[in-house]
Amino acid sequence: MEHEITLVVNGATRRVNVPARRLLSDCLRHDLGLTGTHVGCEHGVCGCCTVLLDGRPVRSCLTFAVTVDGQEITTVEGLAREGAPPRGLRSAGSAATGATGEGGGTERPSRPHDVEEVKPALSPVQRAFAECHGLQCGFCTPGFLCTVTAFLRDNPAPSDDEIVEGISGNLCRCTGYQNIVKAVHRAAELLAEET
Amino acid sequence: MTTRLFGEPVQRREDPRLLTGQGRYLDDLGRDALAAAFVRSPHAHARIRDIDVAPALDVPGLVAIYTWEDLPERVGRALPLLIPHPALTHGRTAYPLARDVVRHVGEPVVMVVASDRYAAEDACALIEVDYEPLKPVVGLEEAVQGAALVHEDVPGNVGAHLVQEVAAADGRGAGEVIEAAPHTLSFRLDIERSASMPLEGRGVYARWDGRDLRVYSSTQTSTSVRMAVAATLGLPLPHVEVIAPDVGGGFGVKIVHPWPEEILVPWAAMTLGREVKWAEDRREHFISSAHERAQIQHVRVGFDDDGRVLGLDVTIRHDHGAYTPYGIIVPIVTSTQLLGPYKIGAYRVAFTSVYTNTVQVTPYRGAGRPQAVFCMERTMDKIARHLGKDRTEVRAVNFIGPEEFPYDQHMTFQDGRPLIYDSGNYPEMLRMIKELIGWDEHERRPGRGIGIGCYVEGTGVGPYEGGHVQVTSDGRVHVSTGLTSQGQGHETVFAQIAATELGVPIERVSVVTGDTRRFGYAVGTFASRAAVMSGNAIALACRKVREKALRIAADALEADPADLAIDDGMVHVAGAPSASIPLSTVAVLANPLRYAFDDEAAKATQFSATASPDRPPVAEGEEPGLEGRDYYSPVRSTFASGMHAAIVETDPDTAEIKVVRYAVVHDCGRLINPMIVEGQIHGGVAQGIGGALYERMVYDSHGQLVNASFMDFLMPYATEIPHVETAHLETPSPLNPLGIKGAGEAGVIPVSAVIASAVEDAEGIDVDRMPISPSELFELRELRELRAAME
Repeated sequence: MEHEITLVVNGATRRVNVPARRLLSDCLRHDLGLTGTHVGCEHGVCGCCTVLLDGRPVRSCLTFAVTVDGQEITTVEGLAREGAPPRGLRSAGSAATGATGEGGGTERPSRPHDVEEVKPALSPVQRAFAECHGLQCGFCTPGFLCTVTAFLRDNPAPSDDEIVEGISGNLCRCTGYQNIVKAVHRAAELLAEET
Repeated sequence: MTTRLFGEPVQRREDPRLLTGQGRYLDDLGRDALAAAFVRSPHAHARIRDIDVAPALDVPGLVAIYTWEDLPERVGRALPLLIPHPALTHGRTAYPLARDVVRHVGEPVVMVVASDRYAAEDACALIEVDYEPLKPVVGLEEAVQGAALVHEDVPGNVGAHLVQEVAAADGRGAGEVIEAAPHTLSFRLDIERSASMPLEGRGVYARWDGRDLRVYSSTQTSTSVRMAVAATLGLPLPHVEVIAPDVGGGFGVKIVHPWPEEILVPWAAMTLGREVKWAEDRREHFISSAHERAQIQHVRVGFDDDGRVLGLDVTIRHDHGAYTPYGIIVPIVTSTQLLGPYKIGAYRVAFTSVYTNTVQVTPYRGAGRPQAVFCMERTMDKIARHLGKDRTEVRAVNFIGPEEFPYDQHMTFQDGRPLIYDSGNYPEMLRMIKELIGWDEHERRPGRGIGIGCYVEGTGVGPYEGGHVQVTSDGRVHVSTGLTSQGQGHETVFAQIAATELGVPIERVSVVTGDTRRFGYAVGTFASRAAVMSGNAIALACRKVREKALRIAADALEADPADLAIDDGMVHVAGAPSASIPLSTVAVLANPLRYAFDDEAAKATQFSATASPDRPPVAEGEEPGLEGRDYYSPVRSTFASGMHAAIVETDPDTAEIKVVRYAVVHDCGRLINPMIVEGQIHGGVAQGIGGALYERMVYDSHGQLVNASFMDFLMPYATEIPHVETAHLETPSPLNPLGIKGAGEAGVIPVSAVIASAVEDAEGIDVDRMPISPSELFELRELRELRAAME
């Protein structure tokens, strides 16, 4: 049996029919086409699937979609519009914007990097990760970005130890975390400059 | 000069898409594809009596169920043994789906295809497989006893046995030299299993249109997957394309191919006439991909009063799991890289590579080197302790001198070529690492120890890679190479090389990797080879393009090509910037046209082109277009090197081990992008710390992997990884045009050796087994006290 639910995803209202057992991660990725949220373990340990639910970071792989009916979700695709004008993603043709309706979302062409990259606008956290080489393969990155976005909102000027603690629920197999810690400091600076 | 980008910490060109959720990883593709799932063996060793699929047939959304018996002959054959070796006398590979016998927990038995993954797993759960359990062989000790057999036709479970010997200068063998040496030591070392464990598992997605097959795979080698798929499915090569999309980490496991799923998913897509996709879940990755590292080493060493090694004899038992698709590369690498930066008088190394009823063993970042370095560096520390000398002093007396390159170790390396080091400066590197960590100032006290580890890493193995570079009439530069990317920043470093070689802004350069539609000839990304191999191939291809551009521009500018330079995308007469022509126009002129599709193109049509009417539009020996292709095929590997040092603190009560400082000096020849090289080192060290202190594959006596999840397999979080201090030494490789070596694996290689050295120093007890957990350190302390009490 399917259930009709309404999710406000990255500012857009989306209605979708899901079976009760549909994971939020699968709903976002496969029903709504928001594939930026990644699934690394499906048992809530790696943190790749972290999204913001009403502003709080949650594991979307441990959340049934039906349990968040009516709530607001921010995924990596929507981070650039968090507290900033939503100029970038809309013009970058993101799957996140605009579309409302069941199983909406834009099908992406299956042409991995054979066209000139569109440069989307980036949030301060995203910019800091790029500046500090805080990502390599990029698979865990969306989870880190969501975690760090919420972390810096609660603690705008964290110490090293607080940062390590703040990201200690996310696994990265590539970077050794050093540049991620650096990126969080840098993001705090960028956010402070903007306010 | 704006375009001199080689050596600069240029920001990554991959990042904007990966930071905004616009990356395209395997499971992001094929939204409408059918989903495949697998019934996998719950037994480590069993005979399949019967498979009953009937209970699954009513599952809504079910499309198809396949067992081995359903596969056509060529699809059902045993998977290829990728790297045969004369010493691998009993190589065995799995069938894509188990045929009669399963040999490890996780081996695929049945493939289900359904409307989505939920439905496919529903059906998997209902399929009943009747097994007759057989005696499993678990662990090296049990395997070498040979009482039970993994493969009935492999006596003693021995897949391979290889002895390599290098005699001393006077012709004596290692055994004889060690007997006669002033000092001798013998000991045993153990290293446990770990695994690559990329955060994105493997995955395959296939589309068949009745004539052409397109396969996406999360692989480290798309060209070789393509050849394997075409051969297995009986398709002409030009009708098969394989693309590695964004890949969420590899670290070795994804170089193995074709995986069963890389054959079965495309075959199912062809058979069903539908798109089919399979994305591995985490448990599948633990129990059905690949592991590495496990070895037992018996060491005998003879040395003089200065600590100079006169003879070394190492006997290795290597656990390669249930199958050997990747041959015996790992123990070969261990055997040959064990020598490190040292001149060892006489050397004998023998390995026996054995079967166990566990997941197969194939290269994981470092590929046998961490074990090799653990062995040699433990040996150096033991010699130092035996003689009461400083550990760095013993290493220094054994170093190959900077004036001794090229240095021939008189062995055969993993590429089948002589093990000849190209360049390096080990004494200088030792000086640098001692200074960086403060070796001489280190204050010794119980519970605080300092350790060191040195290594040499053969990088950039052949046979070749290629590059294609095309300048289009809009002035953009399109670079492609066949090898794949899993986070190394190839799109950035290769763009830096192309921008530097061609004199164009990097913004105009785009790079494609791992797409056989763009470049069909390649080997793959492993062995720290991508920058060396494809970097040089792309540089050579750029030089061809540059030469052609200068030839055409010289014609147009009525100048001598030798007087021309390219800067910021403009070809100009050196010293006379006004006499210039944009590279975009050169690209237009390089391709004589009949039809004008835009204003630029109009310049190259028949009534406007400036070329002489008496010559053919495309001159003899020329080709239309401003593009070039070239290959780099080295005579042998380059040899990067490094030295790491660490300070650890051990808790007197809990025996917790904390790494308080970690320093790395690294030589990978010329650096293309220091920011990216450092990132590679940081990540490698983190994996090394995981291997030294936390990660292990725990099999019970039944062959069940009892920690097959991220809950129980302890991959380090940020809380476990120290800050890594780095310094670089650059000794360019004389073997390639760019003078580069490789950097991908470096960080991980010596870490277990370094941590063991530091813990030993802190505790004053022998550390001969890695990883070491707090409870194991606690037991070692108890043992020491027990021994002290008995004396």
